[in-house]
Amino acid sequence: MKTVIELQNVSFSYDLRPILENLNLEIKVRDFTAIIGPNGGGKTTLLRLILGSLQPDRGNISVFGVSPKKARFQIGYVPQHAFFDQGFPITALEVVLMGTIQANSLFFRYSPRDHLAAMQAMDALNIADLADVRYGQLSGGEKQRVLIARALVGKPKLLILDEPTASVDSRVEHDVYELLKELNGEIPILIVSHDLGFVSSYVNKVVCLNKQLEVHDVDDISKGVITNLYKSPMEMINHQCLL
Amino acid sequence: MLEFINAFLKYGFIQNAIMAGLLASVASGIIGSYVVIKRITFVSGGIAHTVLGGMGIAYFFGFDPLIGAIGAAVISAVLLGLVNLKAKQHEDTLIGALWAVGMAFGIIFMSLTPGYNVDLMSFLFGNILMVTDPILRVLVALDLFILTIVLIYYRQFKLICFDEEHARLQGLPVEFLYILLLNLIALTIVILIKVVGLILVIALLTLPSAISALFTHKLGQMMIVSSGLSLAFTWTGLAISYGLDLPSGAVVVVLTGLAYLLALVFKRLYIKGQRKKSCEISAL
Repeated sequence: MKTVIELQNVSFSYDLRPILENLNLEIKVRDFTAIIGPNGGGKTTLLRLILGSLQPDRGNISVFGVSPKKARFQIGYVPQHAFFDQGFPITALEVVLMGTIQANSLFFRYSPRDHLAAMQAMDALNIADLADVRYGQLSGGEKQRVLIARALVGKPKLLILDEPTASVDSRVEHDVYELLKELNGEIPILIVSHDLGFVSSYVNKVVCLNKQLEVHDVDDISKGVITNLYKSPMEMINHQCLL
Repeated sequence: MLEFINAFLKYGFIQNAIMAGLLASVASGIIGSYVVIKRITFVSGGIAHTVLGGMGIAYFFGFDPLIGAIGAAVISAVLLGLVNLKAKQHEDTLIGALWAVGMAFGIIFMSLTPGYNVDLMSFLFGNILMVTDPILRVLVALDLFILTIVLIYYRQFKLICFDEEHARLQGLPVEFLYILLLNLIALTIVILIKVVGLILVIALLTLPSAISALFTHKLGQMMIVSSGLSLAFTWTGLAISYGLDLPSGAVVVVLTGLAYLLALVFKRLYIKGQRKKSCEISAL
């Protein structure tokens, strides 16, 4: 199977404080991967490295066989929806349309092709009826769908999501993961999550990250471990990841 | 009011003031909207006060203060852009420093300039009634420049305001766009200083857009409504100040502030009304 993301001996530190040490990771084209680990364990830093917005101190990262900066355009990225200003004057459709903007997109108008792609993406996520609603007025789950639609509109070959279900209720969480599973039929997906118990029924690979990294096939994690984890996920993660 | 219309027909300087008000409103409605949605009021304040330094220096060396203002505005916009991109964690402090030092330079150079310092007051509080024909031409050129750039980069500016990280992933030159936007803010501030002066510039730059943001769902609408409001405040303020013989800049800003207050109250009541309505519907 083709390799999508490859990390070789990657290390990274902020102001001499090591965040990531000697990571090796390989993600294949059919993978649905979850990165889990404690806060400050380096999850977001790892995402940033893969997206090319940070450079590793040592080691090598390749995405689709090239540097992350070159592969950027093929990655759909979904940030945490809570980051955005609720008062921003923008409709759901416009947020999705923004996914089509490139460095050569000048003047006001989006092309009919952009509109079509945006509406298709919104249809696929069942949010077409929200097109003209102000983004700030949407619920958490709806916002998440809008951001996923924005990521999909550029026809990415890899989808990366940062805590896709932070601050949404469990029904919405379930919906979002069902949706991602469906999308995973076509593209590899990488998510950061704090809740292994929940994601393990959807993903096939779990990356435990706490400075160092350990990869598990989801089948290797026994049922008992998951039940245990559900009660106290942090302990489980520490137990699994502290190497 | 009638008295003002008569004066408008009779005096060239009133006609110029009306024109300057229009030019200022268009620029501040558009650029102020970006300031409000990107939440960079403090950065804009920093640029505005640095402009005084440029005016003071130009004044001392015998140039037109407008040239100094434009120069200082552009330099401070680039500096603050670099600060944001390279030294984000100290941005607050550095803006504060530039703010105060820029202004101090202006005051020192103005006091060094021989003669009666009536001009300092007009820089600080603006005097829309002293807009001459050459100044008006410069303002027209600045407005056209701002409009053209916004027209070209409208979508890209919107994206960097909404989600800078995603803009970078989509391959947009985020650094260039941010510094360009700050430069447009700087030029808008230069225009506004002519109308309401340095001290009051932030009010006219941000409040009409803030009102507009309460009632619009799209950036384009927000800009148009904001320009319209700005124009209404500027012209009404001008007429009132003429009639009552009060400083025009201050009257314009008081009007703007009152309108903002009313808009907030209105919005509050409106939301309450909507909630009540939906409660009643669900109760049925």
